Amino acid sequence: MSSVESKTASQPSALAEFWYYFSRNKGAVIGLAVFLLVLFVAIFAPFVAPHSASEQYRDMLLLPPAWMEGGNFSFLLGTDAVGRDIFSRLIYGARFSLFIGLIVVTLSVISGVLIGLVAGYFRGRVDTVIMRVMDIILAFPSLLLALVLVAVLGPGLVNAMIAISLVNLPHFVRLTRAAVMTERAKDYVIASKVAGAGTMRLMLLTILPNCLAPLIVQATLAFSAAILDAAALGFLGMGAQPPTPEWGTMLAEAREFIQRAWWVVTFPGLAILVTVLSINLMGDGLRDALDPKLKRS
Amino acid sequence: MTPVLEARDLTRDYHIPGSFFKKARTVHAVKGVSFAVEQGKTLAIVGESGCGKSTLARIVTMIDPATSGDMLIDGQKVDIARETLTSDMRRKVQIVFQNPYGTLNPRKKIGDILTEPLIINTKIGADERRDRAMAMLKKVGLEEKHYGRYPHMFSGGQRQRVAIARALMLNPRLLVLDEPVSALDLSVQAQVLNLLADLQDEFQLTYVFISHDLSVVRYIADDVMVMYYGEAVEYGSREEVFSNPQHSYTKTLFAATPRADVESIKARLARKNAA
Amino acid sequence: MSLLEIENLVVEFQMAAGPFRAVDGVSLKVSAGEVLAIVGESGSGKSVSMLAAMGLLPWTAKVTADKLTFNGRDMLSMSDSERRKIIGKEIAMIFQEPIASLNPCFTVGFQIEEVLRFHTDLGKKARRDRAIELFDAVGIPNPEERLGHFPHQMSGGQCQRVMIATALACNPKLLIADEPTTALDVTIQKQILDLLMKLQSEHQMGLIMITHNMGVVAETADRVIVQYKGRKIEEADVLSLFESPKSAYTRALLSALPDNATGDRLPTIAEFLSDQEIFEGAVR
Repeated sequence: MSSVESKTASQPSALAEFWYYFSRNKGAVIGLAVFLLVLFVAIFAPFVAPHSASEQYRDMLLLPPAWMEGGNFSFLLGTDAVGRDIFSRLIYGARFSLFIGLIVVTLSVISGVLIGLVAGYFRGRVDTVIMRVMDIILAFPSLLLALVLVAVLGPGLVNAMIAISLVNLPHFVRLTRAAVMTERAKDYVIASKVAGAGTMRLMLLTILPNCLAPLIVQATLAFSAAILDAAALGFLGMGAQPPTPEWGTMLAEAREFIQRAWWVVTFPGLAILVTVLSINLMGDGLRDALDPKLKRS
Repeated sequence: MTPVLEARDLTRDYHIPGSFFKKARTVHAVKGVSFAVEQGKTLAIVGESGCGKSTLARIVTMIDPATSGDMLIDGQKVDIARETLTSDMRRKVQIVFQNPYGTLNPRKKIGDILTEPLIINTKIGADERRDRAMAMLKKVGLEEKHYGRYPHMFSGGQRQRVAIARALMLNPRLLVLDEPVSALDLSVQAQVLNLLADLQDEFQLTYVFISHDLSVVRYIADDVMVMYYGEAVEYGSREEVFSNPQHSYTKTLFAATPRADVESIKARLARKNAA
Repeated sequence: MSLLEIENLVVEFQMAAGPFRAVDGVSLKVSAGEVLAIVGESGSGKSVSMLAAMGLLPWTAKVTADKLTFNGRDMLSMSDSERRKIIGKEIAMIFQEPIASLNPCFTVGFQIEEVLRFHTDLGKKARRDRAIELFDAVGIPNPEERLGHFPHQMSGGQCQRVMIATALACNPKLLIADEPTTALDVTIQKQILDLLMKLQSEHQMGLIMITHNMGVVAETADRVIVQYKGRKIEEADVLSLFESPKSAYTRALLSALPDNATGDRLPTIAEFLSDQEIFEGAVR
């Protein structure tokens, strides 16, 4: 059946091919653009933000956004209950959200991949024990488990991140294990074994690099999930503590003003929505570009 | 002369553990097979799927242990079930697989694939490793520019050449070829078979050639062993087996092989017109 | 009159590296009762041209042809639903991977009766009887019992027999067999080929045999088309192709057969033929 071979004289480089498949998904490109914008704003927050995140303008409490009656162009999206500029706080908040996403994904990817690798490579009893523990973690509603963990560890940004990492862990373990199990039986692994490669070499240098594609996609999606979970914990008062300009915490502080100052609640919510959406779109594009099963249809 | 490989009464059983509904059972994949191959010779193992030829290949390559029986390489007894394999022993037997698309690590460059066996087994420096890999690339009919490329940029025949090169990096005595040309096109198959013959002449290599294709076996083998349900039903020199097959299965196998010569076509067309 | 007639078929795929022409101006004719073999190595476009003629390629493929008729009807201007009525009923196909070609979720009996339900107006009982009859015809023992089996409970050879039975369900005028025995053992291959040839002559079907195996060609074909990189290189009746091949490519292909080996090295195509030389002798 394989009469069509894609091998022509001008084989595009791996990167060019990746971009070809990625760029066919318009949503992914938009997602990438928005994400890069958020990233830029987060990195250069002190230069982009018109005000400090914590400075309180006591004479301008709950100022509406600039385009409304009574608005002030120096406070583009208005001010909150203690007179802080919402726009600036959102910009600084982007730093926290991306930071949380990064740390959580790094923590859960590293530990998840290692555990999954061990389970998938050795199988047998080790595998059974690991997978049952993961099943137990999966059986809890994720936010509830995170809440319990934070309650045990004490509220705060660092503990929230640890809790969210643990909640995300099973997905990575399962994904890695499944990928390792398929790769382990392939001829190149056996060839390496026949050449004398030891267990560590086989696991880390031979098998692992071939399992990365689905993990990258999952990591992207976990990134957005982590931002959401952190915001939820912040909103429940278990995550970042005021006056940190974390988006979820900002929502929590603004709860009592929903009725009279909608902007205090709306803009942090929108920021979460746009960031999470852009990362998810990007993840879909990555899947299109990296998943060989969908390729060359 | 001591044969490079000698097998005495090799068996291999697989235990399939029982479950709530099924009783545990044992599958005898290889049932008491004996053979010997001398240096520079080719033993072809022929059989259809499930006859135990791949299991035998895994035993000879020291991937899986035999359940019972002895295996001697260069007169030295090997038993991986009891003792760990020395690096010297490991280097003596290498393998080439059937599927050219699964045999090379897709994330590694050809150069890294070829030098890996040296990194694991020797203390040779990086420059020397590179030189040896380059020399081997040329030996199997590839070019120096291929050193830094990834497997997906190669055709099936070229990948099979790389796989052969990798197997030869450690200067093995014995090469197990598990259907090395079955997945290749006819013209490429001819090239790879020629390459194998050239390498055998040059390095005095010993081959265990596993195949289901009798025309290929007739071309490349010195000795032939026919396997059927785990047993060696026929074992002898190529001439003996092809001119005077003893076992009924061997005869069936020969009769079933499609013939591509003019005489057979004429005979068939005559039959068809008569009908 | 020819059963299937194709003139100047071109198939292009849109790839990351640009358009790729898988089939380049292939023409062919098959009449009832004739066995045509299309032989070629991978990348010769032998499967793609047939899939294109059946309209079975994904949307990324662009298919054009000067003429594409089946039994005198124009398949190019036909609507999808009309074409679906022909394919499976008057034209049937069997593929290389028999186990993968059957749906693992349903019994083989259900799958064959499904085809009958779609293409005929037989009742439930009549369908079952016909299925048993078909299983009997393709040499499956205990057909009544086998109808209730799932594909994974059968061997590759048995599954291919089921596929053939399904293909024959509506007495097709043309059967296209795409490497029907490549995944099977030699002894099973022999049985399946014998079965195909027997059924073909009994029903006077047109049969297109797509293969890369010269032995299979020699054992089955009346007429042969040799393809290379999407183009037709040679067309001849089977005896003259093997006896006196006209094109250099066919000659090279035949001499690369280990059966024909003289001396201890095989002649190989790349050593004495460039693409240019191969295409020079090409017929249209």
